[in-house]
Amino acid sequence: MTEPMVRAEGVHKRFGRLEVLKGITLTVLPGEVMVLLGPSGSGKSTFLRCINHLEKINSGRLSVDGELVGYREAGDKLYELRESEIARKRAEIGMVFQHFNLFPHMTALENVMSAPIRVNKVPRERANAQARALLERVGLPDKLAAYPAQLSGGQQQRVAIARALAMEPKLMLFDEPTSALDPELVGDVLQAMKQLAGEGMTMIVVTHEMGFAAEVADTVVFMDDGMVVETGSPDRVLGDPRHERTRAFLSKVL
Amino acid sequence: MSGPGRIETPPTAGRPDDIRAVPVRHRGRWVAVALILLFGASLIHSVATNKLLEWHVVGHFLFDPRIIDGVVLTLELTVTAMAIGVILGVALAVMRLSPNPLVSGPSWLYIWFFRATPVLVQLLFWYNIAAIYPRISLGIPFVGVEFVHGSANTVITTYVAALLGLGLNEGAYMAEIVRAGIISVGEGQTDAAQSLGMSRLQIMRRIVLPQAMRVIIPPTGNETISMLKTSSLASVITLTELLLATENIYSVNFKPIQLLIVASIWYAAMTSVLYVGQYYLERHYGRGSAREMPATPFQRIRRGLFSLRREATR
Repeated sequence: MTEPMVRAEGVHKRFGRLEVLKGITLTVLPGEVMVLLGPSGSGKSTFLRCINHLEKINSGRLSVDGELVGYREAGDKLYELRESEIARKRAEIGMVFQHFNLFPHMTALENVMSAPIRVNKVPRERANAQARALLERVGLPDKLAAYPAQLSGGQQQRVAIARALAMEPKLMLFDEPTSALDPELVGDVLQAMKQLAGEGMTMIVVTHEMGFAAEVADTVVFMDDGMVVETGSPDRVLGDPRHERTRAFLSKVL
Repeated sequence: MSGPGRIETPPTAGRPDDIRAVPVRHRGRWVAVALILLFGASLIHSVATNKLLEWHVVGHFLFDPRIIDGVVLTLELTVTAMAIGVILGVALAVMRLSPNPLVSGPSWLYIWFFRATPVLVQLLFWYNIAAIYPRISLGIPFVGVEFVHGSANTVITTYVAALLGLGLNEGAYMAEIVRAGIISVGEGQTDAAQSLGMSRLQIMRRIVLPQAMRVIIPPTGNETISMLKTSSLASVITLTELLLATENIYSVNFKPIQLLIVASIWYAAMTSVLYVGQYYLERHYGRGSAREMPATPFQRIRRGLFSLRREATR
């Protein structure tokens, strides 16, 4: 049996008195593409942010590649990880954000190069060559010197994907990567993600793109109100939803 | 003058004539312009013809070695006090934003104290520090280990007193400016940098501060210009910077107005240089914020000359 890439058991997350995640249990296998669906406020994005410890979970267990997120277990005690240890683990997980979050003071090339140089101490020439190759791969070989403000939303998001890939992650998290894009720009970003999935990357994708879910996902998870309502293959969940809430949601979206 | 795409449509065919209307007459504006011109002319006339102004005295002292020494000292004091202010300000701002109240608390207290007391009082305080601490030493407190020590009167010279007064005070103001800049950078930037595995220090240095600079530079330029002139307060504690240098001269020759004009000319000249510096700094840190950089005045002039030459050779 293969070790899961992500394993969540009864994950709870509260913001003050608001309980956002009410016990999430799921596993993602290496090479699997999981799409998280659900209405806004259902906790999908929060769960994604917990996986690379941008948010701290309040109870339950969450591990990536067999190691707990944010803690070290010794005996029956949990020890908080140092910031440097957390950072090292984050470096192995790529994340793509709804609003791209490119560094506006750097060119596309610098955006992609910066983390390998600063975090992984990759020599500058190698980081440069690798960044060029990545930007070519996402279809932007002629935008190396462009600043984010000079790029369209779709181009910015593809630079953001290249930036995450530059760290050679073992897991990619996509937080509504196409929600902030004009409809005609969505296609290029989805194409880049599809290509990545085809290369065997483990991916967790929060999206409202049903077409992408149906075509690319191995597993679709429907979340509502901080809980997993339904899990299964895209055909099953999208084609034959068992739960009333899933049906209600899909009837509005499709 | 028709461009390449326009050739097949002659201007008369189908294009309606431009509107020709009698423009509104702005009589009020003409009256205002006349009044301003009259006032300006009379001002220039009175300044130029006033024998008592003795412009030749201004010219005589403008490059007097004592004045130049004062200019140099003013510049030195401004640059070093601002350097202290900026370094302190960044440190205090980062401290102030710390989630640890034992770190943010002292920063708040510092900023409050230095903003709550007049800088002139602070200058006089440092100047007189020897009255309460006649001996100053650097070492480990309470255990009696001292690395260096000396009498306060030799360590705290008038220059050091001025530097401490101006620099420590400036630190408090710079802290607020830097803090505003740091806060202005969106949280998404930190999220993205963290998700790439950058450390807190790397995020601050490589991601947040360079972007905060765009917000920090304009008020910092303002502070520098302000510091250049506030440094004249150091004349009160007998530091011979530009203002005291002029005072020393006019206390002997009794030409205060002429020498104050000399000082003003120098202050204005130095401020103008700072204006230029600020412009280019802002441009540097504005990278990426606009789709296209506006041309610098030099580029505009050069471009203008080029197009003139092209017109001429045509």
